[in-house]
Amino acid sequence: MKHPILENIGREFLSLAEALGSAALTLKSVVVWIFRSKFEFGETAKQAVKIGVDSMTVTVLTSFFTGMVLALQMGRSMKNLFNEPMYVGTMVAFTMLKELGPVLTSVVVAGRAGAVVTAEIGTMKVTEQIDALYTLGTNPTRYLLVPRYIAFMVTLPLLTVFADFLGILGGWLVAVTKLGVSPSVYMDDIFTYLDVGDFMHGFIKTFFFAFMIATVSCYKGLNTRGGAEGVGKATTEAVVASMVLVMVMDYFISALLVAVGI
Amino acid sequence: MIEIKKLNKAFGGKVILKDISVDIKDGELFSVIGPSGMGKSTFIKCLIRLLKPESGQIIVDGQDIGSTSSEFTLARVRRSFGYLFQEGALFDSLTVMENVAFGLKYLTDIPKGEYPRIVKEKLALVGLEKVEHLKPSELSVGMKKRVSLARSIAAEPKYMLYDEPTTGLDPVTTGMVKNLITDMRAKLKITSVVVTHDLTLALEISSRVAMLFEGKFVEVAEPAKFRQSENACVKEFMEISHLSRK
Repeated sequence: MKHPILENIGREFLSLAEALGSAALTLKSVVVWIFRSKFEFGETAKQAVKIGVDSMTVTVLTSFFTGMVLALQMGRSMKNLFNEPMYVGTMVAFTMLKELGPVLTSVVVAGRAGAVVTAEIGTMKVTEQIDALYTLGTNPTRYLLVPRYIAFMVTLPLLTVFADFLGILGGWLVAVTKLGVSPSVYMDDIFTYLDVGDFMHGFIKTFFFAFMIATVSCYKGLNTRGGAEGVGKATTEAVVASMVLVMVMDYFISALLVAVGI
Repeated sequence: MIEIKKLNKAFGGKVILKDISVDIKDGELFSVIGPSGMGKSTFIKCLIRLLKPESGQIIVDGQDIGSTSSEFTLARVRRSFGYLFQEGALFDSLTVMENVAFGLKYLTDIPKGEYPRIVKEKLALVGLEKVEHLKPSELSVGMKKRVSLARSIAAEPKYMLYDEPTTGLDPVTTGMVKNLITDMRAKLKITSVVVTHDLTLALEISSRVAMLFEGKFVEVAEPAKFRQSENACVKEFMEISHLSRK
């Protein structure tokens, strides 16, 4: 006997399996075309500007103020515990380099650039522009996906380095002007207790995040259905999925990197 | 030559095309008519494998693309096709010049320096000039369709597929597009498949007309014979279109 709840669960499970299979095929196609097609410099540069350069302002604001608030909260806590704002530089830099730099930048890029990519590809899908690509001697993987994947993979790590620097700078500003920490002590705390491995821990993660955001945004765009309403729905779903996956992946990749000693 | 054998297509259990078989000979202008929602666009999209049929063969110049999943085979066969989309399907982010030149880059070995001349030539063919720098959002519906037509013929394909070529056009532009379709067949020997609900156009320009109804070709005939068909669907469609049977 059919049970409506079980039937619904089964249907959802099947559609999830179908989506995963379809995403895997898209990925395979991207990998094939990255090596097979001629590098589309113009299109890739255009996408790098859209994804990277256009995300700069929001990255600057987010990371700078995050660094500031980190310094403020940690300085206050240390003052309460040890009567002195100790190791503010260490803690701000450690948090920014290993976690907040990569995670916040990825969330910002997923929300801003990921949404743009899904909306653009989704609109092309519902207006038959994707079909037109096939009839004009190319295909969406080669013309749309490969340049976007490369742009995400190049710009997100660079934006993260920028965010790390700005976060540390924001922390420095608060530590020096509000907490009375000497500038040399702040910098000394960073260089004494942190090394390249700490930076690499966060930096490596951004490549995984960039790959995931590109996959989710492009996949959702290519599978858009139902006109303008469908584009809106696909965009929202892509942003939510990317943001959640950044958080989930962050734990597992961090655990993996810690296990291998990075 | 395009040979279609027992073509079947369904969407979510709803059968759209049922066992369609027809041969489209080189140089022919084959029109498919029928009411909206009967699967005309589905048929034309299956021909170039923008949609994968459930079963059946689509043999283009000896190569069956009906069931192949090889991207490279499909890409190779598609190179001999031009496709005019119902709504134009121009790339929003590109100018008219870039849109029309798009196929030249991927379908031909023509040097880049030649693109502006060819683009201007093709735009002139569809009655447009000095629009190269405009974006699709700055064009009217009719202009978009004409730019799209220029784009689809830029690489001089062997086969042309037209999905509702005159829908949304004014009478003057309709006449121009009609002449262009027939000229391309006469001068360049392009084999054309036209999908339309405009029976007048189909009877005027085609070498053969097929009536698609409930997933099947209920009549396939030359225009003169088509007019005299005894098929009830054809008769009704002729009456609705206010066309005489002579």
